Amino acid sequence: MMEEAKIGVFVCRCGTNIGGYLDVPALVNYSKGLPNVVCAQENLYTCSEAGLNEIKEAIIDHQLNRVIVASCTPRTHEPLFRNTCKEAGLNPYLFEFVNIRDQCSWVHMHETEKATEKAKDLIRMGVARAKLLEPQEEIEVDVVPSALVIGGGIAGMTCALSLADRGFEVTLVEREEKLGGMLRKLYKLYSAQTDASQLIEAKIGEIEKHRNIEVLTSATVTEVKGFYGNYDVTIRQERKNVPFRVGVIVVAIGAEEFKPVGMYGYDGIQIVTQLELEEMLKEDRVKAHSIVMIQCVGARDEKRSYCAKVCCTTALNNAMIISERNPKAQIFMLYRDLQTYGTIYEDLYKKAREKGIIFVKYSPQNPPIVDKGMVKVFDEFLGEELRLPYELVVLSTPMVAHPDSGELAKILKVPIDEYGFFLEAHVKLRPLDFATDGVYVCGSAHWPVTVDESIVQGYGAASRASIPMSRRRVVSEPIVSFVDEESCIGCGLCEMICPFKAIQIEETPKGKIAQTIVASCKGCGTCGAACPQKAITMRHFKDEQMLAEIVALMERK
Amino acid sequence: MSDQESFEPHILGFLCNWCSYAGADLAGVSRFQYPTNLRVIRVMCSGRVDPALVLDALIWGIDGIVILGCHPGDCHYLTGNYYTERRMRTLQTVLDMIGVKPERLIVDWVSASEGERFANLIGDFTEKIVELGPLTDDLPPEELRTRLLAARDALSQQRMRWLVNREKELLEKGDVFGEQVDEAEFHEVKFEALAREYEKNRILHSISDQVLSVQEIAKTTAIPPREVLKNLIAMEQKGLVTVSRIDGVNPKYRRLGGGESL
Ligand SMILES: Cc1cc2nc3c(=O)[nH]c(=O)nc-3n(C[C@H](O)[C@H](O)[C@H](O)COP(=O)(O)OP(=O)(O)OC[C@H]3O[C@@H](n4cnc5c(N)ncnc54)[C@H](O)[C@@H]3O)c2cc1C
Ligand code: SF4
Ligand code: SF4
Ligand code: SF4
Ligand code: FES
Repeated sequence: MMEEAKIGVFVCRCGTNIGGYLDVPALVNYSKGLPNVVCAQENLYTCSEAGLNEIKEAIIDHQLNRVIVASCTPRTHEPLFRNTCKEAGLNPYLFEFVNIRDQCSWVHMHETEKATEKAKDLIRMGVARAKLLEPQEEIEVDVVPSALVIGGGIAGMTCALSLADRGFEVTLVEREEKLGGMLRKLYKLYSAQTDASQLIEAKIGEIEKHRNIEVLTSATVTEVKGFYGNYDVTIRQERKNVPFRVGVIVVAIGAEEFKPVGMYGYDGIQIVTQLELEEMLKEDRVKAHSIVMIQCVGARDEKRSYCAKVCCTTALNNAMIISERNPKAQIFMLYRDLQTYGTIYEDLYKKAREKGIIFVKYSPQNPPIVDKGMVKVFDEFLGEELRLPYELVVLSTPMVAHPDSGELAKILKVPIDEYGFFLEAHVKLRPLDFATDGVYVCGSAHWPVTVDESIVQGYGAASRASIPMSRRRVVSEPIVSFVDEESCIGCGLCEMICPFKAIQIEETPKGKIAQTIVASCKGCGTCGAACPQKAITMRHFKDEQMLAEIVALMERK
Repeated sequence: MSDQESFEPHILGFLCNWCSYAGADLAGVSRFQYPTNLRVIRVMCSGRVDPALVLDALIWGIDGIVILGCHPGDCHYLTGNYYTERRMRTLQTVLDMIGVKPERLIVDWVSASEGERFANLIGDFTEKIVELGPLTDDLPPEELRTRLLAARDALSQQRMRWLVNREKELLEKGDVFGEQVDEAEFHEVKFEALAREYEKNRILHSISDQVLSVQEIAKTTAIPPREVLKNLIAMEQKGLVTVSRIDGVNPKYRRLGGGESL
């Protein structure tokens, strides 16, 4: 039997954010009259040092075993208040949050009376739930100190080297025969005219020498099981399966160049893409004197509304290389908006103008037409149609997600966006992490980036990934499912539903029974809402706890 | 129809932590105003919401329920919201079947950046529920309660749970033989099964705290006597009901064990 609940309620004014719109003293008074509430008070700012101390003092003075703060939102402040409880010796899961600011005072600013009534209801619901809260123990698991890096382009190689230098074992998996990725096909890289092949050969050399790195080429990931700190990975390499275990995973599968089949007479010979032009430059095969480049081919349109960011600068860079080799070459660049962001790339644009490259702005409503040796384009500035004879047309197409991204996203259970690029946990707060703990992303798998950005991200992902490995142990939230062995009939519905393979049927002396793999369970509760036996308890979000809120809301009405 | 001016509906929202709850917070941060009727229960994922719990909320008198999750494909737990969608669509058909207006329950998606959409959605829904009137406008209180209890028991039953929760997999991947399952056909089978299961539970609830004859049960439940009898015989074999006494030639039935009721 649980000891009787002694609840303390702290109503925050948040300055005037709550105090200005709700009758806070009335809320405090009301709280005092609720069952099991032994103390209630208001704070000017509950989250201030003073406010937190008042909570701690009350926990000790009134021997509180439940704490409720009625204030902003658990999404930002729950960790802080949980920690305060912990410091005062109370299990953090005996804390309950009531949102009376973001979802009450701020959205009913002209209805003090009704909003105060709503806040009373919310506090009453919180009290009912708090009564039924149970202490939870945080879960700790060991982390295997080795990493899997998927994709051996510049981003993946940089990441692997950085992790290996920190002393962690790394397996680098590359689907092609050789490491290097997109850079294998490129010629001189803007902005420093670095030779792409030299750059990757140097990296490959370092990787081959490193004793902490194992490279698997012509290989792909086919299965990932397990959980944060302990992933069981299966790699398929030349018709055999290679299994191993890692603690963390980095996704660096890069992107591809969009092939504009059926557009502008693309034939890969006289009408080519920038990537094909790079290969021609490498082999010194560009003989044409009149060249027309068309920007935004297949980009910023209905199908791909994004700007791939590297194409404009790539086109400029290649145009410059051509005109340096052959000063007589006449190069036209047909663009919609020239996106050469940043100081260095904008500078390249200026230089290109000086070099005599001619820029023509076209509009997407009136795109250029490539027709029998002639490109016809309506010049937005001149207001007239130009007819440009060509020997070579170069189409600048965007980078598109690697075709493997969808499959890999499923295997890793991480999200991709509508274009197939991997989606980070938070664009500003966690740009290289996935929401799934222990899985990270870098390079153009995430979004079109330049080589320097890929390298920065490679280092960044290595740094993020090494945190759990250096700590050796990680804690995960104890909000997980729990199966009551007595009522479970082993029907397997939960196992079928769980997206994380975190609940599985086991053969036990009592027969088939579902069991939660605590470290894999994310606590979504989807299994709990399905179990026909109500055998699954969702910790911290129990049926009884939720029902108690509903009952508290409606009981006296 | 009740007096619209004074009717303040009870509206309950289940919001998932990662998208819709964040969207609701954003509405606050941006000061988008909406009616005060909504009370929110935060869940980690919309997939946590058990249709039986939604029925409980109606049993307790909530007039309108809104379940919000992340947009399809964005669920923090990958697939939770697909289950939510299918479960709640099923629940809507059940509500319709028992005479509760299915518009009282909505399922929708709100992302963390859709504060304004959240405010508008709650505004529109509140208006809709005011228009529909109190839940007790749909059915008289006692009848409403019994029907909701029977529906809740039907949806808690094992076969129903399997049908509702395997729907996603069956329709996407096909059955165990790898054969694609026809969507319309599946829904028909599911609905039939639900109707039968509901009928059974409706009968059980009618004899939970009284003994009744077949004719009397048929009268209170509006289920044809033949069906009532068929159900009773089957349930008697399973030990769910028993003949309590015989009045002349009419056996009177009573529920055994008694279902859990509120
Ligand atoms: C035409 C063109 C010109 C460019 N020019 C420049 C330039 O001048 N300067 C500049 O800074 N940037 C340039 N870029 C951008 C540059 O190519 C990218 O920034 C860079 O290649 C990104 O590196 P990455 O490692 O992320 O991806 P990638 O180089 O694409 O490498 C990804 C690797 O992952 C592998 N892989 C894919 N799927 C799997 C799988 N399932 N399992 C295992 N391995 C897999 C791929 O085979 C590949 O080796 C250019 C891009 C294009 C298209
Ligand atoms: S706890 Fe939240 S509501 Fe209170 S002062 Fe701090 S930010 Fe404002
Ligand atoms: S769904 Fe419930 S009864 Fe079935 S195996 Fe899972 S826990 Fe057991
Ligand atoms: S709560 Fe979610 S993650 Fe955990 S076992 Fe159930 S379905 Fe799987
Ligand atoms: S987390 Fe939002 S619906 Fe699953």
